Amino acid sequence: MRVRVDQASCQGQQMCSIAAPEVFGSDELGHATVLIAGDLPAELHGKARRAQANCPEDAIIIEA
Amino acid sequence: MTTLEENAGPVHDPTTDYNIFDPQFVRDPYPTMHEIRESGCPIAHSNRWGGSWFPTRYDDVVAIAQEHEIFTSRDIVVVPRASAYTEDAYADVAAPPITSDPPDHHWHRRLILPVFAPQAVAKYEQSTRELCNTLIDKFVKNGEADAATDYAQQIPVRVIATMLGVPLEMSDEFTSWVRGVLEIGLTDPKARLENRINIVSFFKEQLEDRKANPREHDLITDLLNSGDQYPVTDQYVLGVCNLMLVAGIDTTWSAIGSSLWHLAQHPEHRRQLRDNPDLWPTAVEELLRAYSPVTMARIVDRDTEFQGCPMRAGDRILMSFPAANRDPRQFENPNEVVLDREHNRHVAFGSGIHRCAGSNLARLELRVALQVWLERIPEFSLADPASVTWAGGQVRGPRVCRVRF
Repeated sequence: MRVRVDQASCQGQQMCSIAAPEVFGSDELGHATVLIAGDLPAELHGKARRAQANCPEDAIIIEA
Repeated sequence: MTTLEENAGPVHDPTTDYNIFDPQFVRDPYPTMHEIRESGCPIAHSNRWGGSWFPTRYDDVVAIAQEHEIFTSRDIVVVPRASAYTEDAYADVAAPPITSDPPDHHWHRRLILPVFAPQAVAKYEQSTRELCNTLIDKFVKNGEADAATDYAQQIPVRVIATMLGVPLEMSDEFTSWVRGVLEIGLTDPKARLENRINIVSFFKEQLEDRKANPREHDLITDLLNSGDQYPVTDQYVLGVCNLMLVAGIDTTWSAIGSSLWHLAQHPEHRRQLRDNPDLWPTAVEELLRAYSPVTMARIVDRDTEFQGCPMRAGDRILMSFPAANRDPRQFENPNEVVLDREHNRHVAFGSGIHRCAGSNLARLELRVALQVWLERIPEFSLADPASVTWAGGQVRGPRVCRVRF
């Protein structure tokens, strides 16, 4: 599983970094960044899905 | 414009005649929101207070928030200004970026976002913790206190004053000005204008002071000097200062107060937070969802039909984030506070380009205020549930909330 942030949609809600702080961070403006570039370890898949589900802007993209 | 009596009369059918200032609605708006949401008409309309639409379903509120070209922010208060009080000496000072529309909105927001990024607000955690402890020192031996006025109300105003580099001794005045604009001022245009002028004139002096005596690590100085990317005007900087007061004080104080009101009645939640400190980030989001303080407004740009509702240019829409956050279509058991709620796509801070710029600061203040309270006062209860009073309208939270410990 890999994750991306659609920067055109991200509004800096930070719901992703709250749900999955190991996976998502914040840039200078408070918009989401991805901290793990490659495949996510299996133990973070659940948190990544939760981050995606909790984003009100639908800005988290998960590639299986 | 309808008269005060017409605005305030009894409500027979909330889907066609809601009154957001009705005392019962202010005390407990959720049954009315539920009634509208589950009716055949989940986007209600009322002619009271100048007329407005009231979407109550999550999907509708979010769709309107994200359609910023049709649903503009040229006014964001829930009641139109009375015409006699629209002209003031500072009429060109708004509250950017909350009151800005594209294309200005982009730069108005770009200049202040770095101040409120999570890593930027983290530096206020220690001083906020000390502030909370100092406030509790004053009443902890009394065995009782007003969680709203002695504690919640005292916190955000001092954090904001610290950020703006203005004297903390101004806190009481700031609080009174903000209530004058947003609480009393919503239905009293004269108070609204007077207090608005107090705020803007105060910051005008601060601006002149910073121009004459620039300071290091100072928000107002930095804003005045940020014009290399965008032509920064005094009106813009004054507007940002105005915004930080009106958007940064009673909103967060309301969230802290509502959360303490909740915790006073739920020993099991106090225990849960004590036993499992890892729960804090999720718990803060859940309290923000369940007791979202803020309702914004939007102005319809051009005649449009939204979900079958014929909206006309100039119509006002109440962006009830509190109603959206209790929609059972989005949240399982929405009226229950579940501190470890996994799926929580709440919009307490709005959605789209106007997402609350101060959300990370608000979260930090809410978490620290509750953590310090529970460390110092682990067991407490409402002294007299019937004596709790609430403010409503644009910002909802307890204004008197006596607790015993």
